[in-house]
Amino acid sequence: MSEHTKNLTLKIWRQKSARDEGHFETYQANNISPEMSFLEMLDVINEELIHKGVEPITMDHDCREGICGACGLVINGRPHGPRERTTTCQLHMRSFRDGDTITIEPFRAKAFPVIKDLMIDRGSMERIIAAGGFITAPTGSPRDANALPVPKTCADLAMDAASCIGCGACVAACPNASAMLFLSAKVSQLGLLPQGQPERLTRVRDMIAQMDAEQFGACTNFAECEAVCPKGVKLEHIARMNRDFIKSAILYRPPQASAGGA
Amino acid sequence: MELKSNIPDGPIEKKWDKHKFDMRLVNPANKRKYKVIVVGTGLAGASASASLAELGYQVECFCYQDSPRRAHSIAAQGGVNAAKNYHNDGDSIFRLFYDTIKGGDFRAREANVYRLAQVSNDIIDQCVAQGVPFAREYGGLLDNRSFGGAQVSRTFYARGQTGQQLLLGAYQAMMRQVGLKAIKMYPRHEMQELIIIDGAARGVVVRDMVTGEISVRMADAILLATGGYGNVMYLATYAKGCNGTAIWRAYKKGAAFANPCFTQIHPTCIPVTGDHQSKLTLMSESLRNDGRIWVPLQGKDRAKPPGDIPEDARDYYLERKYPSFGNLAPRDISSRAAKQVCDEGRGVGSAGLGVYLDFADAVNRLGKDKVDEKYGNLFEMYERITGEDPYKTPMRIFPATHYTMGGIWVDYNLMSAIPGLFVLGEANFSDHGANRLGASALMQGLADGYFVAPCTVGNYLAGLKPNSTPPTDCPEAKDAIASTQNHIKALMSINGKETPTEFHRALGKIMWEYCGMARNEAMLKKALALIPELRERFWKNLRITGSGDEVNQTLEQAGRVADFLELGELMCLDALERRESCGGHFREEWQTGEGEAQRDDDNFCHVAAWEYKGLNNRPMRHAEPLNFEYAHLAARSYK
Repeated sequence: MSEHTKNLTLKIWRQKSARDEGHFETYQANNISPEMSFLEMLDVINEELIHKGVEPITMDHDCREGICGACGLVINGRPHGPRERTTTCQLHMRSFRDGDTITIEPFRAKAFPVIKDLMIDRGSMERIIAAGGFITAPTGSPRDANALPVPKTCADLAMDAASCIGCGACVAACPNASAMLFLSAKVSQLGLLPQGQPERLTRVRDMIAQMDAEQFGACTNFAECEAVCPKGVKLEHIARMNRDFIKSAILYRPPQASAGGA
Repeated sequence: MELKSNIPDGPIEKKWDKHKFDMRLVNPANKRKYKVIVVGTGLAGASASASLAELGYQVECFCYQDSPRRAHSIAAQGGVNAAKNYHNDGDSIFRLFYDTIKGGDFRAREANVYRLAQVSNDIIDQCVAQGVPFAREYGGLLDNRSFGGAQVSRTFYARGQTGQQLLLGAYQAMMRQVGLKAIKMYPRHEMQELIIIDGAARGVVVRDMVTGEISVRMADAILLATGGYGNVMYLATYAKGCNGTAIWRAYKKGAAFANPCFTQIHPTCIPVTGDHQSKLTLMSESLRNDGRIWVPLQGKDRAKPPGDIPEDARDYYLERKYPSFGNLAPRDISSRAAKQVCDEGRGVGSAGLGVYLDFADAVNRLGKDKVDEKYGNLFEMYERITGEDPYKTPMRIFPATHYTMGGIWVDYNLMSAIPGLFVLGEANFSDHGANRLGASALMQGLADGYFVAPCTVGNYLAGLKPNSTPPTDCPEAKDAIASTQNHIKALMSINGKETPTEFHRALGKIMWEYCGMARNEAMLKKALALIPELRERFWKNLRITGSGDEVNQTLEQAGRVADFLELGELMCLDALERRESCGGHFREEWQTGEGEAQRDDDNFCHVAAWEYKGLNNRPMRHAEPLNFEYAHLAARSYK
């Protein structure tokens, strides 16, 4: 194994707290096995730091199997690193060469303030979901699941959209720091299903209003989001959302209207 | 300690309905005068929070992740069971009940399992109403697949991301209530202690993981939905942050811990590659629908490339040993069979700890496109981790710790031995006996959260006075804050040389080696000697950097490892005292001539519930007898 191990130079963003300015620090990672995941490589660095009495690098991570959406580092300028459709935790060191220098930063956006080092606050995305990213279906006795057939193509497309893991890479990659891919994935999933129709136009309105309030930017079709999305969520969802948004501008009625809303 | 299961009278199919009618209700206008705390936001916690808030209770919810959507239910891949019988293949509530009891090797409560099977159908309806994009057939109806331990197709799925989709459904329902201000959500908060007043659970101490602030939250009922404790093994398919702290603190405050030794070792995980390994990744059991498991017939062939091993030199050992269930034999049995062939020197991969899961036949039969549609994301995940393409070379898999059937003892109402403390989902012990069947964890988490707890918690609250939540400055709360602060101070001030990870790894090694897939008296006694030594070293030689007043992931981890170092000991003690083999608990002393688990129903047809008696005292073992009136005790066979 040892002949395949790599020695790397890491430039890692360190920031003591939200108020601290932050800076890059350089670390050496030696004898890194190609079988290691990127986070396991950072584990090794962190263990060394603790032994030296230095505070280890703080970052979010949890499931380490590419689904929880907690991890997210900008690696060499690209959210989640060089491999397409791969989260940071699923990136393995075989994707790097011996002697490489790797820069590691947090996802950066006005709506994602840094908490410490590489850890950010993505509460803004939570609030977008709370504003309308749901179907109102209180727990009770809904009708039998098969009473409402859903065409397979709709279900499949909804599932494509629903595979978003809410990591925020799309925001980090966007020059406008827009959350449109994230938002549209939810709008699209729920709007494609018959169950999502009653709230379709209020949903898109409310979620976009919240996105603006959180100071995410608007979409100007750079498509950087699609390029870095670890789950391959497509730009077409933004188009679908925009259609709904325009429709809602025309058809939306406030809830107190006698028409009974949208 | 008296453990009353509170199972309602009457025939099994009427118990739940009758009980629902008999339970007290809280007047709608009074519901907002009760406060409920939910810890954990996985399937059980999120669904319970949403449902309780919809009813009108004030809900406060805590999770250690930065968002409730990241709870580890999200990683469940394969599916969720329900007795819909949409495919006319002979399924029924009774069959799902029977399969689950039998799958659990007759170590679960009949009444609980029957209720689970009953509400399984409501779960699917509820999730579809929320917009969960389950897989569908071309006619637009829901599709199903088969899972281990069943001969019907009753598993509903959303590609290989069923847990994610179900959790997002529950999360969205919950976030709707957050938006309506019916739930106060506190992410990045970790529960540190349980507060008991006059014998009832009345509050929790939480640590704000961003500021380090320790505070108390008081309520009228507390729900723990904090998942399992399998990370005691260090290497497991759990998320890195999953821990046993909340349930361990509850145990130490008087909630009994039931069947701690019942651990599920899942047969299909990606094998370990080296010492750096931080976790193990599961490959869904659904792969066994189409993948065939084999090893070389002869140990000498094990290093050959799989393609060079001809068909007649392969041993498809599950198909050989269990012809009627084949590759879909239940998890405990498949894992043990994998261990057996590796012990015989026939395991594959560099360390000989692996077996092949081969899709060549499926690709020939169904075509690559169909296989890709069913399992594409799982194949991709495998490729990311191993660098190998499963279409070209068979997957290598090996068993890994995946789930804990044991947990906090609860009665039929999901209430623990502490009044007002309810425990839901994997954190309780109630439904899976000694082995959980595939696609039943999601079913149980959602059954508990959507359908059981909202009724039974209401029944408990109806017995309390409205608006009687204790104040946060009561003496019990102050004591709990002080003891939490002292605990953190004690951890921070050791100033030794070893990191929490090093201790965790050492504990995991002991647990896996001596309390893993096969156990015997000598091994368990050895572990029971080693764990206290390790714990002592931990409290003398731990090193934590930084301070407790800021984000400190080393401190967080140290707190969890400190609890695992106690919990692991209880697991070994329970494994030692259960002198029989059943489900995932395999004692080498009790096996049939063919190497199958041998139960001892005369002496161990019971739940073992442990009562805490102080750190240096032996906990007390209580037995809750299990009666089987509907699913008759029988040797479990999948041949």
